[in-house]
Amino acid sequence: MNALFELLLRSVFLDNLALSFFLGMCTFLAVSKRVDTAYGVGLAMLVVQTVTIPLNNLIYTWLLAPGALAWAGLGEVDLSFLRLIAFIGVIAAMVQVLEMTLEFHVPKLYRALGIFLPLITVNCAILGGSLFMVERSYSFTESVVFGFGSGLGWALAIVMFAAIRERLKYADIPQGLQGLGMNFIVAGIMSLGFMAFAGMG
Amino acid sequence: MSETIATDSTRRALGVALIVAFVCAVLVSVVAVGLRPLQKANVEAERIAQLELVLVALSDIGRNLSIEGLESRIVELGSGEYDDSIDVGTFDAEAAAGKPATSDAIPADLDVAGIKRRARHARVYLVRDPADRIELIILPVYGRGYQSTLRAWLVLDGDTRTVRALKFYQHGETPGVGARIDEPDWEAQWRDLSAYDDEGVLRIGVRLHAGADDYSAFKVDGISGATRTAQGVDGMMRFWLDEFGFGPYLRRIREEQADAG
Amino acid sequence: MQDSNWRILTRPLIDENPLTLQILGICSALAITTSLDTALLMSVVVICVLACGSAAVSLIRRQLPRSVRIIVQITIIATLVIVVDQILQAFAYELSKRLSVFVGLIITNCIVLGRAEGYAMHNGVVASALDGIGNGLGYSLILIIVGAMREFFGKGSLLNVQILLPVSQGGGFEPLHLMLLPPSAFFIIGGIIWYIRRKRPQQVEEAEFTLRPRRQEAE
Repeated sequence: MNALFELLLRSVFLDNLALSFFLGMCTFLAVSKRVDTAYGVGLAMLVVQTVTIPLNNLIYTWLLAPGALAWAGLGEVDLSFLRLIAFIGVIAAMVQVLEMTLEFHVPKLYRALGIFLPLITVNCAILGGSLFMVERSYSFTESVVFGFGSGLGWALAIVMFAAIRERLKYADIPQGLQGLGMNFIVAGIMSLGFMAFAGMG
Repeated sequence: MSETIATDSTRRALGVALIVAFVCAVLVSVVAVGLRPLQKANVEAERIAQLELVLVALSDIGRNLSIEGLESRIVELGSGEYDDSIDVGTFDAEAAAGKPATSDAIPADLDVAGIKRRARHARVYLVRDPADRIELIILPVYGRGYQSTLRAWLVLDGDTRTVRALKFYQHGETPGVGARIDEPDWEAQWRDLSAYDDEGVLRIGVRLHAGADDYSAFKVDGISGATRTAQGVDGMMRFWLDEFGFGPYLRRIREEQADAG
Repeated sequence: MQDSNWRILTRPLIDENPLTLQILGICSALAITTSLDTALLMSVVVICVLACGSAAVSLIRRQLPRSVRIIVQITIIATLVIVVDQILQAFAYELSKRLSVFVGLIITNCIVLGRAEGYAMHNGVVASALDGIGNGLGYSLILIIVGAMREFFGKGSLLNVQILLPVSQGGGFEPLHLMLLPPSAFFIIGGIIWYIRRKRPQQVEEAEFTLRPRRQEAE
């Protein structure tokens, strides 16, 4: 139990997908102008990440990994080179399902998210999370924890970033640095801050 | 400005999708299968390059050898016996650790190296003296570091208790902090360190907390700012020298030497 | 509205640089620029995938129904990336290991999909290929600058050739360890953006509020 809790903390803070590995940066920088849109995107990312990583873990363990097909008598087959396309397929399908679910059951959120929902399909943080899961050989339970933690960490980062950006509107920033330039620097400082979590645990 | 995009009929959509999928699949398969021999050769070359780092480690302690001077054997970790039925040339411990058929899961409380599973077998290299006694034992060890897998060669003296050298051949730790584990000064600390105390209890490790404890003499200094990496090295060393790692093998070697008189 | 081919190729270098203006392709730019050789390799790979991907999408753009558009584009791009990944593992094994997951992440690199959807779907094959190469070059430009700076100030070397000898190896150069940590890439790119916008003021973003100038103290 301890190990899982440590994994959760590490995924949220230390191995933060946005601020330590810089995944999902395009969305991170582009969709963080206001805190409420940031909340929406963060929530959508959290849901997609929590579902796709364990799902991809199952697919990899039972279908794609070297020796995975032993249950079908095909223990010699190594389909791991298909993981990229398989994971993307799962993610695209999941986003589609989420889109339809939200449209019918929570239309308000669906409208608020707008174009950002389908954009999650190509968010590197989602695919990156699944690829890290393979690289670190997580078990199914660990995948669930990692999925939830990494999604939560990304959401946390973007909401914090949006909050800072909203405050920066009132600051006197040099002309060339206004907007994107300042965003990069703020993200860099936030990233430095998150590295302080290295002493934890 | 727009050109006519194709009509959106289901049949057409399916047709296009299938054709694209087929072409892509053929392309990927041809390339993957065609390049496999080259890729295998690369993996082999890397293995040899890593082995050559052992030779560097050995020359650091004054033993200049070539690869031919190393005797390569496969050990069954549970019993500590040699197992010559496994092909020494192609054995890959970490790959075997990933397959349930050739590996064991490590109980959580014993998994100090964070590797979850370990293969039932391992490759060891031996250096013998002219009287055919074991002079040096070279063990491949690996464990979970802060942000990467740490891989090193652990060179033990023939007495199976003293570390002669520790050489990291692969890791991806933070440059300037954790990455300093492969600096000559830090690696030199491991030389001539005793792994076990007089009662045979495993004491070797990295000094993680300030303030001396009774077994300070068996530990090397940590690196400031690299706590997690140091913990990784500590766990890696303690796992592989203990019962679930090479412990049984080392014990058997000791018994053999005692019998031989 | 058709630009000259030269314009298509050079526009994404500074005027419409994917990284510093379009906000595309950021993820990989930050993580693999700790040394110049990985930055260069990534640049080459991205240029190839962009050129071939945009060309391929443009080739079939008239046959592609709307409903499967995105997934077909992703399939094509994914195929190219897998092929390139296999080639790398065969011919540049060491470097490919240092790139690790980031080669796979080119599939989701916003530049590739962004240009496929935004340009290749509406333009001819040659123009799309050139646009792909141009954006790839713009991306590479930033990557190379960041990679060179980070490696030089962080390790004192360029392309693994030691130029300044660090203290740990007996020299006099104290490396800036911050350069090897991720945040430095953010700061460097921020600086590059600042510099570009000094030279090209039309890229400067309008502030949402203009601050009232400070009142002078009464004499």
